[in-house]
Amino acid sequence: MKQYDLVIIGGGPAGLAAAVSARNAGIRDILILERDAELGGILNQCIHNGFGLHTFKEELTGPEYASRFIAQVQELGIEYKLNTMVLDLSKDKTVTAMNRTDGLFQLQPKAVILAMGCRERPRGALNIPGSRPAGIYTAGTAQRLVNMEGQMPGRKVVILGSGDIGLIMARRMTLEGAEVKVVAELMPYSGGLKRNIVQCLDDFGIPLKLSHTVVDIRGKDRVEGITLARVEQGKPVPGTEEYYECDTLLLSCGLIPENELSRGAGVALNPVTNGPAVNESLETSIPGVFAAGNVLHVHDLVDYVSEEAAAAGRHAAVFILGGGEASVQALPIRCCSGVRYSVPSFIRPDCLNPDDTVTVRFRVDNIYKNKRIAVYAGENQIFTKKRNVLAPGEMETIKLKACSILENREAAELVLKLEDA
Amino acid sequence: MKTVNLTCIGCPLGCQLSVEMDGKEVVSVSGNTCKNGDKYARKELTNPTRIVTSTVRVTGGTLAAVSVKTASDIPKDKIFPCMKALKEIEVSAPVTIGQVILSDVAGTGVSIVATKNIPQK
Repeated sequence: MKQYDLVIIGGGPAGLAAAVSARNAGIRDILILERDAELGGILNQCIHNGFGLHTFKEELTGPEYASRFIAQVQELGIEYKLNTMVLDLSKDKTVTAMNRTDGLFQLQPKAVILAMGCRERPRGALNIPGSRPAGIYTAGTAQRLVNMEGQMPGRKVVILGSGDIGLIMARRMTLEGAEVKVVAELMPYSGGLKRNIVQCLDDFGIPLKLSHTVVDIRGKDRVEGITLARVEQGKPVPGTEEYYECDTLLLSCGLIPENELSRGAGVALNPVTNGPAVNESLETSIPGVFAAGNVLHVHDLVDYVSEEAAAAGRHAAVFILGGGEASVQALPIRCCSGVRYSVPSFIRPDCLNPDDTVTVRFRVDNIYKNKRIAVYAGENQIFTKKRNVLAPGEMETIKLKACSILENREAAELVLKLEDA
Repeated sequence: MKTVNLTCIGCPLGCQLSVEMDGKEVVSVSGNTCKNGDKYARKELTNPTRIVTSTVRVTGGTLAAVSVKTASDIPKDKIFPCMKALKEIEVSAPVTIGQVILSDVAGTGVSIVATKNIPQK
């Protein structure tokens, strides 16, 4: 088996952008391993528009966005294997994979980029009472059935969870002739983008019930109906139950980074994101293993996945070409006062050039108005920016000046928080 | 004068727009971060339009459906007539991105174009 300098696990938006940028940074032997029959990952089923406003300055559909990167991968002659399942990644970066032409094979690259994306939270992880009939799908499964396989999963639909995929599927099922009766959201706010509430629900008169959840599923062979109830302090309120006759329940209840391989390799995970804890180079706790995209933390915009993955590709190239600083001092970023997590989790001052900027992405734990995002190194404030509205459904990005971190490198940690404006 | 509140759908920012209306005339738009917000508000309150994305059946391809979109936005009340027209057609593989699948959909003067390559099986 031919050996490669860089193996990228996953051929979705993160894997493609990482491959292109690593090649442009001088890495010749790159291999992308993709388990599906085509490159592009989840973008292939996201046929709606709204992708690429940052990257290409135009509004593309998911397949069009993917095709731009696939074309670059092909023009650059980057190798990839489709229908290939990675079975194991070990601490010494041995990748074990299999497919029908090569059988079982092992690769020992100098660096690995994790780009496996994320998975939807299934019914089993939601503790919904009731029977277990057919007709309960995750929104993404329904999306694949409708948009790629040309199959309708049902005609009368209730959607639990107001994440973007649920909202997009409310519109999609409606356009295809289904009756979407209601979207129920456990939280008092939607987890999706505001534009999707407008163009996917309001446009079609689909009600959104906040602070509501499914308390019963009826039906033996097939879903016959579900019961919603209002939720207060995490508990359904007796007397608020409403029954909806339906044949389909779609679940859009959150995404979880897919880190089975990372765990197997012993990569340290961030307990908040369930993705690897990475440093400013997007490198995990195993030197030479990098991560980008939804495997690292769930993004709302693919443009930011591409940007993050391009950075991972550049850093992997530096590592392969002989950079790769061994264990040096790392400043942890501590998140508090409304900030749930940050990516990266650590910044290594020794790996920064004074002219660099360090991109820090994070999410907040509630809806906040009139706040300042602030970063402190010890007593010194090294960054501040006013934000009128912050919401858990929308990822925040700040750029820190490397020189401001280098000036404060004696600090024990960096603190990222929200303050009153 | 009356004030209408809208959420801009021009980009994921979702700016909260406040529009001053004099009858059916838009007098002023505020709350937008960029010029697209102003454009969206004026259009939304006079002639609302949307880009429609959907699928069309494919014969002889690696997949049973090809994703498509309207080449530009169409009036909101043409969304369902457009969907109906798409259900009635079928294309044969191969299909390439940008290929016109149907011209002048539902009398809008706008074409339906493919957004994905579907090779022959």
